[in-house]
Parts: sequence; structure tokens; C-alpha cells
Amino acid sequence: MAAPYAKLPKWVDYGLLPLINILVAFLISGLVVWLADESPLKAAGLLIKGAFGYGEGIGYTLFYATSFIFTGLSVAIAIHCGLFNIGSEGQAYIGGIGVALACLAFDSTLPWFLVFPIAIVGAAIFGALWAFIPAYLQAKRGSHIVITTIMFNFIAASLMIYLLVDVFKPDGTMAPQTRGFEAGGQLPRLDWLFGIFGIRTGAAPLNVSFILALLSAFIVWAIIWRTRLGYEIRTRGFSPTAAKYAGINEARVIIITMMISGGLAGMMALNPIMGDQHQMQLDFVAGAGFVGIAVALMGRNHPAGIIPAAILFGVLYQGGAEISFEMPNISRDMIVIIQGLVILFAGALENMFRPFIVMIFANLQRSGSSKALEAGE
Amino acid sequence: MNNFAIELQKINKSFGPVHANKDIDLKVSKGTIHGIIGENGAGKSTLMSILYGFYHADSGNILIDGNETTIKDSNAAIAAGIGMVHQHFMLVENFSILENIILGAEGGQLLNSGIANARSELKRLSDEYGLDVDPDAIIEDVPIGVQQRVEILKTLYRGADILILDEPTGVLTPAEADQLFEILELLKQQGKTIILITHKLREIMAITDDVSVMRRGEMVATRTTKETNVEELAELMVGRRVLLQVEKGPADPKDVVLKVENLNVRDGRGVPMVKDVSFEVRAGEIVGIAGVAGNGQSELMECITGIEHAESGRVILNGEPIGVTGSSDPSDMRDRGMAHVPEDRHHMGLVLPFEEAENSILGIHQRPEYNKGIFLDIENIRKDANEKIEKYDIRPPNNRLKTANFSGGNQQKIVIAREIETNPEVLIVGQPTRGVDVGAIEFIHRRIIEMRDAGKAILLISVELDEIRSLADRVLVMFDGKIVGERPPETEEGAFGLLMAGIEDGDSAHQNGEAG
Amino acid sequence: MEFFETIILVLQSTVRLSVPLIFAALAGLYSERSGVFDIGLEGKMLAGAFAGASVASLYESAFLGLVGAVVVSMAFALVHAFASITQRGNQIVSGVAINFVAAGATVILGQAWFRQGGRTPPLSSDAKFNAIELPFAAELADVPILGPIYSDLLSGHFALTYFAFALVPFTWWVLFRTRFGLRLRAVGENPAAVDTAGISVVWLRYRAVLCCGALCGFAGAYLSMAISAGFGKNMTAGSGFIALAALIFAKWKPVNVMLACLLFGLLNAMEIRLQGKELPVIGEIPVQFMQALPYILTVILLAGFIGKAIPPKAGGVPYVKER
Repeated sequence: MAAPYAKLPKWVDYGLLPLINILVAFLISGLVVWLADESPLKAAGLLIKGAFGYGEGIGYTLFYATSFIFTGLSVAIAIHCGLFNIGSEGQAYIGGIGVALACLAFDSTLPWFLVFPIAIVGAAIFGALWAFIPAYLQAKRGSHIVITTIMFNFIAASLMIYLLVDVFKPDGTMAPQTRGFEAGGQLPRLDWLFGIFGIRTGAAPLNVSFILALLSAFIVWAIIWRTRLGYEIRTRGFSPTAAKYAGINEARVIIITMMISGGLAGMMALNPIMGDQHQMQLDFVAGAGFVGIAVALMGRNHPAGIIPAAILFGVLYQGGAEISFEMPNISRDMIVIIQGLVILFAGALENMFRPFIVMIFANLQRSGSSKALEAGE
Repeated sequence: MNNFAIELQKINKSFGPVHANKDIDLKVSKGTIHGIIGENGAGKSTLMSILYGFYHADSGNILIDGNETTIKDSNAAIAAGIGMVHQHFMLVENFSILENIILGAEGGQLLNSGIANARSELKRLSDEYGLDVDPDAIIEDVPIGVQQRVEILKTLYRGADILILDEPTGVLTPAEADQLFEILELLKQQGKTIILITHKLREIMAITDDVSVMRRGEMVATRTTKETNVEELAELMVGRRVLLQVEKGPADPKDVVLKVENLNVRDGRGVPMVKDVSFEVRAGEIVGIAGVAGNGQSELMECITGIEHAESGRVILNGEPIGVTGSSDPSDMRDRGMAHVPEDRHHMGLVLPFEEAENSILGIHQRPEYNKGIFLDIENIRKDANEKIEKYDIRPPNNRLKTANFSGGNQQKIVIAREIETNPEVLIVGQPTRGVDVGAIEFIHRRIIEMRDAGKAILLISVELDEIRSLADRVLVMFDGKIVGERPPETEEGAFGLLMAGIEDGDSAHQNGEAG
Repeated sequence: MEFFETIILVLQSTVRLSVPLIFAALAGLYSERSGVFDIGLEGKMLAGAFAGASVASLYESAFLGLVGAVVVSMAFALVHAFASITQRGNQIVSGVAINFVAAGATVILGQAWFRQGGRTPPLSSDAKFNAIELPFAAELADVPILGPIYSDLLSGHFALTYFAFALVPFTWWVLFRTRFGLRLRAVGENPAAVDTAGISVVWLRYRAVLCCGALCGFAGAYLSMAISAGFGKNMTAGSGFIALAALIFAKWKPVNVMLACLLFGLLNAMEIRLQGKELPVIGEIPVQFMQALPYILTVILLAGFIGKAIPPKAGGVPYVKER
């Protein structure tokens, strides 16, 4: 009976409120900077300068954003199906195996544009397979996917250490990593593309997987809102009983969605492995899977929101590097705090400011309508 | 000095734009059973929630035993001697009966002494009011009727003098309901005051001393039960003479379209819910299944429509057996010409956050006309939705509006439109008019009759006996998972009542054991 | 005899490694039994560990350090409570957020305040917890079999260790023998029943979540002020999640929690012991397999292959009064 929330204009719901949430997250981050004896304003300045002040900064920003678009999409598509995939981190990690195998097999025989598609497929398959087990257990045995995907992150971490130390590491080397890839295993940078616009990305490892990320965002949008599968995903996400009634095979939808989710996470591995390091190193995911949670929440699970959210986190990563250079007290861990605060305010506390905004709008409307009345008389 | 246990004065309560209670006045005499009757959504439950401190009235006074009382929360209500038995029991399923009874009235920080006291007190109450329960039984293991007794014992344990029962018989078999009424009578004799909320006229006439009628948030009348009759109350409830008889010609049944043979279905917990059910539905007839809610009707319907699977038995549609024990699923059933208006439109028939157009294809979304390859044909879906909106007078006529923003009647029309427009051979309809306004009820009933006259086979399942009797051509009665009899709809209500209580022809001694 | 000593040693480190798990898993038990899921155990432990070591090094007092650990961890719990109870937000999301904030803030503040690369200064023996010798431990050490068991296995632990094990029966008692416990279990199963009984669902859940915060503080203090003398970056290293796994493995029951934590502690101890060693028949077991074993076991349990883990019925669902 009781309407929990009064209706607000769409731009407030999808624009203003999320903006306020993010703003509060950043204000509190500023507070932490201040607690660490540094000036939040100066830090913000450094952040912007580091991320946008010069071409190489922009390149790095977009390089990081590439990974976050993949993981953000991964988390978002699962949420549309009512599944909280905390396992993007592990799926991305395992996805690396697919990339590494493709590159190790073909890097000296095939050109990059042929290795790339194989690596894409490999990354997606390995990521999808890692998501398959929790998905299967959720679909067929009702195991809570949040817990299983957390567990699978840790299992993935152990497995990858084992593989890198005992399997992939070339004999006679010490570091737990694969051998470096030949030209076929190296993605071309995008410096030429940005050069057209007069931006010199310099040494930034921004590479063609950025374009793949944008393409994936479009494809995910099309899947969710334009295909029959997307319709079934959203139906199951909103109402499992309605999905059952509609003859939607729930287990199938859960498993397919999670495999798409895992595949997207896995494709994230292309960016650091083939695009930057040209070998598979330990811990190359470096938390990007978890950033994906923040990115998806901030982007309201819509690709059009996820891309800017991913870029914002790219700014934080790149600008954060700049800050830690200038302010030794503020290391890259600052981003982890911001990430947590964004998840808190854009996710768990997303409706905290709503009653306040509703009140303001009610007042505005009242004064507006009374003015209209006066004008009418 | 009056002797009213409860007096409500000018109670008002709004939820946003909905004025759920308007200037409600109510006087309940001590030591009586006072019925409050009204349709779904008339504001009965809201009023009682205010009395029990669940909601706060926007304005008005509450007098308990003649003293003005502020009831700010359930605690205050309990302190004022009010106890409530909710429609959905407020029990912790994996707790023992004793634990449930002391919850909130433990008598100290530690449970030891409290439990011991509670055990002897419970024994006393059980004996005094004839409410026999095993204090150590776990709630989920005991039948519904016993669970309800626990709810009543909870209120008595807290020393309630005024008991509110919200639709207490909705989940009970008629036998259990009769037992409940005996208990209530006993409680009244012991000086307790009882408020009985219901929408069933029969109960009001059977047990109450006084009755108040609510309609659309207002208290329209209070009568002494002896001095009123069913017709007057029904008229007060709906505001005009009830159109019990829907205009329809005689049925012209043709071939058997749907045949159910020896069907057995268990629910999610493995409890047998449908037991050896057989019947058939012919083209051009409406077969109604009457029965008290929870006697297996839902499971039967979900099994026939392919949502759940049967343990054994056969369902034959158009001469072809359906794999009800394993392979059937709802989209397969739709492809075979079955349409299904489910009992629960909020959770099953509709996805409330979806746009209207998206709901207009739920379940038929894989049909070629709505698809282009792997993509949905959105243009055609919207065009189609608009046609249904016009034909079924769905308001507001906006296929982009979120379904949650439509009224109950219009939501139901969205479901009915979608299902009927698939032009099915068989239509399975569950509770078609639950929570639907009177105007839409007539509209929906007329559609169902039109379907019959067009030669379709219709299976109608409803807990509203009136609805079944006015729509169906043949009535089957379901009790405890079994079909216990078939009657023509003209059969008098009392005879149906006996059947619904599980008392079969010439076998009046046969009664369901679990009630005992 | 050497074999016996090895067993004693392994068991000793089992006890040592399982203590933080017991604290954290019992913490989770209070919260989850009340219907509030908590995957932020890790973050709260970390925050507690950092706060404990910081306060202890500033005031040269283990006791004040412990108080600091508990207070800070409870503050984080309060955030979780506010988000998931008052604001009815997503409990998983809130837990994830807390883990990140704690992981980042402990490093940033540690670096800013102590300038030792995110570490707190090493604690002096006054500022940390020290092992307690039980009476006659030294005298009885030479008694065969029972001697080593008493003086090496039972004696020589920190006060917090004994406290952790004492908490197990205590938690059982609270849960099943007190009014608070009855209500806590009820609110995790059916909050509406608690509400209509005139008990505040919100306040009850807040108290449960605060209990959780306090115990995570103890877990953190144990890590930074007992088994090590100071805080190090990300020193919990996933033990909050192992504790969560243990809680599920224990099916949310106190005594089972202790057993599950001891099992996972034992796996950890064996992993350290077996590193690089060839075993008869099986050969060398990769360390990583042993590390992953608690998680693998939990997944197998969740899959329903060994019993069934049924969480509290109202878990994860915010309570909304309106019907």
C-alpha cells in the first residue's frame, strides 16, 4: 500500500542522486587525505593533472579504464540476472591462461591480428569456465553464488601461483611468469589513433583492447535490452517465479549469464598481458575485478554508465600514481579507499539522500504550483 | 460508564495519496465477538494494524476500557491487553512451540526460570481454553491449525483481554475453522473480547455478536448480527446489490480437450499436495475447482501448466500425453495451445518493474512474431501491446509505463489480455479477480464466458465459491489434495460447504485426521 | 618419539593459527544469526589489527591497544549496521565496501602516521600480549606423553587464545540460554515475529552486528599484538574469508565453528610443515593446494555433497515493516 519512495524526475534518479553519492564518497576520501596530513585540494589538483594534464597521462587513464570496462560489464550483466558475481577477479586471473596459451603457441608464427582473436576466444573461454562451476552450483544445487565466487577467487589465486611457478615458468628463470611474447603476442598501441587528435600518449600502454572494451560495452547493451536472451536474463533478475511461469529455463539462463560474465572478466586479461607486459606475470589482475564492482554500481549496471565510471577509476589509478609521486604519504592504496567508499555510497547507501531530495522536490513543486495558482487568479 | 473494550474515534490514515482509513468510528463491547467485514482493500487490516501499533494513525483517538490510550508500538498494544493473530502467522518455524510463546515475554535475561514458568502457564492455558499443544514440538512440523492455536496461546500468555484475528480461516479447512470457532466461543465465555476480521459472510453470521462493515476506507455500518442478514451485509460491503449471477447461456460441451489421470504432486518440501486427481475438461465448458485455499489447487494448476512436475499420473492435452512427470515446461504447454492466468500476478504473472509492453509478451516472448533472429522485434511488440491495451481497455494506455504503476484491475487485464490473445485451446485461470475492483471483475468474467462460447476449454480455480458457482458449468470440489465430489453449480451453498470440509456423500464420518 | 613431537608442534601451531579464525567466525555467527550477512569480517579484522597496534605503540599498553582494536572494529560494524539495517542497503555490497576501505585506510594512515611503509612500529613486550605459562608447565614438561601435551600444547599461549576458546561455550550459552540469544536467533529466522512480539528488530540487529564488530576487533588484536608485534600491510591475508568459510562449514553453530576453525588451522599448519617435503605414496603436495583446501572444502559443502548448509532464513534480507 505505502509507496516506499515518492517518484522523482528521471534525471534526478539517474543523474543527480548518483552524483551526490559519488560526491560524498570523494569528500570522505578528501577527509582521509587530510588525516594523512596532506591537502585534499592539492591532491585533487594532482589527480586531474596526472590523469589529463598530458598525453601520456590520458593514455594511462584509458589503459586502466580498459580493464575496468571489462570487469564492470562482467559484474553488471550478472546483476541483471539477480546474481552478484564477486568472482570477476578470479575469472580475469584464469582468463589470463587463455591469453597466455594463445600467445605462447602462436606469437612467433602468426601476426598479432590473427593471434588476437584466438587470445580473445581463449580468454573468454577460460574466464567463462571459471564462472561455470559457481554458476552450475547455484543453478543446480542452490549454492549461494556470492560465497562460491569468493571462494573461487582464492582458489584461482592458489592455482595461478602453482601454474606460474611450476608450469609456465621457463627453466632456469626465477620470476614466476611466462617467457616474454614475440611480436605476434603484442598488441599494437593506440598512439597513432590519439595522434590524429594531437594527443601524444607516449609510453602509455593503451592498446587495441580498449576498442574491444568499447565494442563489448555495446554488445552487452544489445544483449541485455535488445535480445531475447537479455529479456530472459532481466525477467529472472527481477522475478525468478515469473521466469519460471514464462517457461524460461532458469538454470540455463543463470549458467549462460555467468559464463558471459566470466568471459567478459576473462577478456580483461588481454589488456595487461597482451597489451602491456607481453608476458603473464603473477597477480596481473591487481584488483581490477573488484574495481568492476564499484564501476558497475556507479554506472548503474548500464554500459553507458559503466564506461564513464571505468574512466573515472582510470583517472584515480593514473592520477593516484601521480599523487603518490608528489605526496609520499598518499600511496596507491588511496584508490582502494575511494573504491570502497564509492561501493558504499553508490551501492549499499544508494538511497540515503533520497528522502532529503524528495523533500526538496516536494517543496519546489508546492511553491511552483502555488505560484501557478497565484498566476491563474 | 460504558462497557466498551475498544472505542475508536475518527481514525484517519493515509499512505501517500491512498486514504486507507477515513474518520473511522468503532465501538466494541466487552465480552463479545465483533466482526469486521469488507472486501479486500477496504481498510480492515490497516485499521487493525493501527490498533496493534504497527502503523500510527494520522489523527483520531483510541480508547481502551474507556481510557484514552496511545499505542506507539506493538509493545504498547500488548501492555494495553491487545493480542493479535495475524493472517500470516508470526512464528519462528524452527523454534519449538514453547520458544515461540515466550518470545518477547521471556520473564528475565536468562531463559531457565522463564521457560519453566512458561511451561506450567502454558499447561494451565491449554487446559482452560481447550488449546491442546505439545510445547516441545517444532513449529514447522505441526499442522496449520495447531500453529494458529500457538498464535492464540501467545496472546493469552501475554495476558491479552482483547484478541484481534485477521482472516483466521483463510488457511483452515472447514473442520479446523469450526474448531477455531469453538475456541473463540470459549474465550468469549471467559470474558475475552474478540475482533474477527474477515470477508466471509458465513463466518460473520455464524459466530459474531455484532458486525461492522467497511468499504473503501470507511466504516459504513454497524449491526447486531441477529438483526441483519447476508444480503444486507453483502450490499453494504460492495455498495450495491451483488451481481452474483453472470449472464450466460447454457454450455455446449464438445470433445474432451484436457484430461487429467491419477495425478500426484508433491510440494517443494516433499509433502503430497495433489492425490490421485482425475478429471476432464471439454471444449466449450468451464470446469470450476472449488475448495479452501491450500488444499492442493495451486499445485494442481502449476503441474498442469508445466511449472512444477508431478510424481505420477498423466495429463493428456488434445489427445497427446504431456510429460508432466519430467519433461513438461510452461513454454511447451503454451505451444500446445494452453494459456495460464496465474493466481499470483505480482510474483508470477507479471514482472512489476518491466514496462507494460515487456509484460505483454511474458511467456510468449520466444514466438517468431516478437523476434528477429536473436533480437526482439521491439516495434512489433509495442504495436501488439497497443492493440491489447485498446481491446481490453487497459488504463492508462501507455505501453512504456512501469507495470507496478498500474492498478490491480489493470494489471490483471494485462495478464488476461496476453493469455486470451494467444487464442488458446485450453485456458487455466486461477483466482482471476483477486484484488480486482468491481468494474474489472465484470469485464474479466465476461471475457471468460466469451472464451467458453467460442468453444474453448476452461479450467477455473478459485477460492471464491460465489465466483465458481456463477461462472462454471460443472464444479469439482477439492479437499486435502483430492477431488471429493462433482456438483452442478446450482447446488446450494451448504452442500458445497460440506464437500469443501471433506465430508463426502453418505460418508459424513469421514473427516481429515490432521484437524483432530 | 620424534613423530610425537612433530604432532605436538603441528597441533600447537594449529591452535595458534585457528584463534583469529575462531574470533572472526564467532563474530560472523552473531551477525548472520541475526539475519545480517557479513562478508566484511576481513576488513574489520584488518582495521582492528591496525588500530590495536597503533594505540598500543602510542601508549605502550597492550590493554589500551585491545580497546582501540575493538572500538575501531565496532565503528566499522556500525557502518555496516547503518547501511544494512537502517538504510536497508545490500548487505553484500556493504561488506565489500568495508573490506576495501579498511584495506586502503590502514595503509594510508599507517604510512602517514608512522612512515614505515605502512607498518606500525614494532611493539615492545609491554605493549603486546605475551604467552602465559600455565602452573607447573616447566616441571611437568618431562613427563612422557602428557607432559608435552600440557606444557607445550595447553600451556604457553596468549591470554587471547584462552579467551577465544572460552568464547565458544559462552557463545553457545548466550545463543541458547539467554533472552538475547533467543531473540537473536528469532530475528534471523522471522523478523516479523520478533516485531509483532513488541521487540525492536532494528535495535536487536544493531546489537548483534556490534557484537560482531567487537569480536573482529579481538581477532585483529590477536594478529597484530599477540602472534606478531606490530601491524603489517594486509596482514589478515584472507583469514576473514577463511573464517566466513568456517562459519558456513559449521552451519552457523558455535561448537562446530570451533571445530571448523581448528580444521582449517590444521590445514594451514600442515601446509607450513609439508612445504617441499615428499610424502609417501602421494609424493609432494603443492603448497597452493593446501592453501586452497579450506575454500575447496567449503565449496563442496555448499554444493550439498557433505550435508547441507542452510543459512538463517531471513539472512541478507532487510526487514521492511509494511506488508
